[in-house]
Amino acid sequence: MSWNWIFKMAWRDSRSNRRKLFLYMAAIIVGVAAQVAITSFRVNLNESIGNQAKELLGADLEVDRSAPFQPELQAYLDSLSNDQARMLSFSSMAYFPKTEIARLSQIMALEDDFPYYGIIETEPSNAADQYIKLNGALVDQSIMQQFDLTIGDSVKVGLITYEIIGGIIDIPGQSMANTFLGPRVIIPYQNVEETGLLERGSRLEYTTFVKYQPGTDSELVVEELDAMRDSLSFGFDDVAERQDEVGEAIIYLSNFLNLIGFIALLLGGIGVASSIFVYVRQKISTVAVLRCMGASSNQALMIYLIQATAMGFVGSLIGAIAGTVIQLYLPVLVQDFIPVDIELFISWSSVGIGLITGVAISVLFALIPLLAVRKISPLFTLRSVQVNLLGLLKLSTKTLLTVIVVLGVTGYAWIMLLDLVAAVFFTLGLTICLLLLAGFAVLIMKAARRFIPSGLNYEWRQGLANLYRPNNQTTTLLLTFGLGVTLISSLYLTQDLLIGTIDFEGEEDLPNLAFFDIQYDQNDGVNEIIAENGVELIQNVPIVTMRLQSLKGRDVQEILNDTNRVARRWALNREYRSTYRDSLVETETLDQGEFISEFNTFGEAVPISMEKELMGDLSLEIGDTLVWDVQGIPIESYITSVRVVNWQTPQPNFFVVFPAGILEQAPQFFATTVNTTSKDITLKLQRDIVLAYPNVSAIDVGQIVGTLRDFLDRVTFVIQFIGLFSIITGLIVLAGSAATSRFQRIRESVLLRTLGAMQKQVVRIQIIEYAFLGIIAAFIGLLLSLGSTALIGYFYFDIEFVPNFTILGIEVVILIALVLFIGLMNTRGIHSKPPLEILRQEA
Amino acid sequence: MTKILEVKELTRVFKSGTRELTVVNNINFGIEEGTTCAIVGPSGSGKTTLLGLCAGLDRPTSGVVNLTGTTINSLSEDERATVRNKHVGFVFQTFQLVPTLTALENVMVPLELRGEATSGVRKRAIELLTEVGLGDRVHHYPTQLSGGEQQRVAIARAFINQPKILFADEPTGNLDTETGEHIEELIFNLNKSERTTLVLVTHDIELANKCDRIIRLKNGKVESDELVSINETEVAG
Repeated sequence: MSWNWIFKMAWRDSRSNRRKLFLYMAAIIVGVAAQVAITSFRVNLNESIGNQAKELLGADLEVDRSAPFQPELQAYLDSLSNDQARMLSFSSMAYFPKTEIARLSQIMALEDDFPYYGIIETEPSNAADQYIKLNGALVDQSIMQQFDLTIGDSVKVGLITYEIIGGIIDIPGQSMANTFLGPRVIIPYQNVEETGLLERGSRLEYTTFVKYQPGTDSELVVEELDAMRDSLSFGFDDVAERQDEVGEAIIYLSNFLNLIGFIALLLGGIGVASSIFVYVRQKISTVAVLRCMGASSNQALMIYLIQATAMGFVGSLIGAIAGTVIQLYLPVLVQDFIPVDIELFISWSSVGIGLITGVAISVLFALIPLLAVRKISPLFTLRSVQVNLLGLLKLSTKTLLTVIVVLGVTGYAWIMLLDLVAAVFFTLGLTICLLLLAGFAVLIMKAARRFIPSGLNYEWRQGLANLYRPNNQTTTLLLTFGLGVTLISSLYLTQDLLIGTIDFEGEEDLPNLAFFDIQYDQNDGVNEIIAENGVELIQNVPIVTMRLQSLKGRDVQEILNDTNRVARRWALNREYRSTYRDSLVETETLDQGEFISEFNTFGEAVPISMEKELMGDLSLEIGDTLVWDVQGIPIESYITSVRVVNWQTPQPNFFVVFPAGILEQAPQFFATTVNTTSKDITLKLQRDIVLAYPNVSAIDVGQIVGTLRDFLDRVTFVIQFIGLFSIITGLIVLAGSAATSRFQRIRESVLLRTLGAMQKQVVRIQIIEYAFLGIIAAFIGLLLSLGSTALIGYFYFDIEFVPNFTILGIEVVILIALVLFIGLMNTRGIHSKPPLEILRQEA
Repeated sequence: MTKILEVKELTRVFKSGTRELTVVNNINFGIEEGTTCAIVGPSGSGKTTLLGLCAGLDRPTSGVVNLTGTTINSLSEDERATVRNKHVGFVFQTFQLVPTLTALENVMVPLELRGEATSGVRKRAIELLTEVGLGDRVHHYPTQLSGGEQQRVAIARAFINQPKILFADEPTGNLDTETGEHIEELIFNLNKSERTTLVLVTHDIELANKCDRIIRLKNGKVESDELVSINETEVAG
């Protein structure tokens, strides 16, 4: 084989097509850019985590417990090192007198020594060194800006008013995501008890940070703590474990993003295949002439394979460079979620993988049309024939290529997801999606061929006939654009689905403000303040804390130690906050048994009602007995009913409901929900209650929805940013396929003009064709996204999906406009130049 | 004289669904080296199909084609391509130049395919292009040339590999009379100077009469086979 000639011919033959080839390349460029950006970012991140491992924890060891440490645990820690710093953290209202606003916050009472590694970054920078000395507080910088607070203003936590010494920018091991649940307020550990909050119902988290003595065997410490963990019930993290946790989370995140980016690359592949198809079709007579002149089938194939490979390589190279640049922007998107400062450098391995993947995808997808080149007969020089390229290939060849593509995609997804089953599902989902889109394309072409009414005017008939004519773009456009739309729209709809479940604002009858941790002696006072503010009280629910002591006669500890147990650890271990009442509430429905409303016989087993999911987690049935430890007093019970609870409402809901008459005398506190009519009243009521009862916490539903919306916005923005690559690839592929069929369209337009068609008639034909393609692609893409979101809602979130037609409407308009724009751009220049000039230029 | 092309009991049947159409039906003839032969006949008589079979562009349904001493119907597609590259030249009605190559590059293709050194090939291509009167248009693309000029490039390409046999399919069919005559002149002159055998398909009787021999086809069969110069008729077979 004369390689010299083949390369020369590949180069010469590409000369007049390079502009068109660039469009094919663009699809690969975007796909590879997404890949390289994400993989480089992951490498950067892993490296950063490795470099900043100790700062992730701020110490060598962190031990936490929901109660004070037992002497033996403390003694063990003392044996490790004297370098210990304690932290007490809990949720409570922080009141800012300057703005008269109270906000549920995360209070952290810290000892001076923390952190041992890294620093608490503050504004001003010395604030972390001073707040303990000055008995002041540090408050999240973001909340200070939001409330227009300055250094020297004050914050009231419980009974103590602290001066704000500085704004918190960063705490070792925490990301901005830690502030989504409420602003962080750091106060000195030494006088935390004086806040009066420790005894009043708050859930406290006791943490000790330890810095090891030199020579400590950290693996041995982990082993010893592991051995003590079950009996003393505490949690711990050391640097290695924290590094693993963070690294693992990042691998999942980046693999997920990578997969979305991979879809862009696959779309690029489909774009390459369709472009090469059209390209090869245009080259049939050239190949036939070369075959006549004596070129072998392999020589003919190699000419175009070299072009496709070169195109893939150049595209991948540009993509890799672009991806490396984009990588610099990615940290801006995700820094809030990541507890390390991301160090940026070029990851050559990512660039290499991007190049290989890009070239492989280009060649793999180009092979199907390219192999048809081998079958082009020299006889085509004597007779012009319409060749069906796919028809030239044997079924076995097509099957083999399809299998290679499917295996390649699954293999890549496997590497990305580290889970073969998930990878198979990914490929399966993608295949089903593509098959549906291809099926729709065939259906539309058949329908257009059969059902175009002969009574339509000429422009309409021509425009619609373009949907099925040779060189039509129906299949390519539906596959690429449709898949991109499906992906992006699914993201939007899923986000909307999640927001919809918690957005109760504006819904009458539902509470929008909840107070909890109201002590028994405070309940009447709180209710009075609510009434004084003219606010409607919806629920005032007593809560009794308890733990499971035994199940069906077996001690909980014994069950926990049983390696064959079915019951789940969390359900056995947790502190239950139960209530008592004589009826079901509107958020509950009876699933099985009978709800007992009242029970007054002390000393006998109490008939209780359990939540359905919990029944499963504890492996229980109606009639089973449970013994509860109600703050030291054992209470025997048996299950008489099972309830289905709608947890997605802002009312307090319960796993376990006791009948009225038995728990009234037990130590208890209250949760109260109200419905305020304005934001001002919400703020005033919170302030009044916090000033009177500092330990009472308030959850402002509107505030939570806002925070969650903000959080989801950030998360979905990251996903959409990567998903955007798919849409861009879809558009490029669309533009590419439009450009390849440009000559065909131009010939028709020129012919029509030669035959006397007005310019506006020609334009109208194009508008009808592209508007139709746009509408169909948008609708089918959206239809599939509705299906996929409904499935995500059903299987993943267990939420019934109600589509948001405003979002869908906006998407439809944007998508049609985009397709129309690209289609019309494709006909530019046709109308102003003489027909012959255009034909010569385009040849 | 040696026969450079010999066909025996040549038949080509096309299938369309269940229907069979015999386009070339049991044809026999031989062509001597260095002669010129025209295949004539009305549209649909099987001229072009016969040319394709003789030049090894297509496989017969049955029968034998012996070209330059090789039985080509038993060769693979690629083996036939090698035979064409070594011994055969083509001129088509629609010129069939590669649109992405310049006139010079188009002419160079057959020799470059053999792997011959570019400088020599280039020199010979320029000579041939000059010979056909296009010495100043060597770097033009096909779309920048007129029909007659394109056909002249095609002729130069056909002769660059010094073929033993040249197949021409309606070489003047797409050209006006004056240009057509010029092209005919070129083909015959080059044919003579290069001592190539010429087989041309045409329905232009005037052109056919310039050949040594005329084979007339009708409905896929040889209707007559006559030598023009000595006015002698031979029945095929």
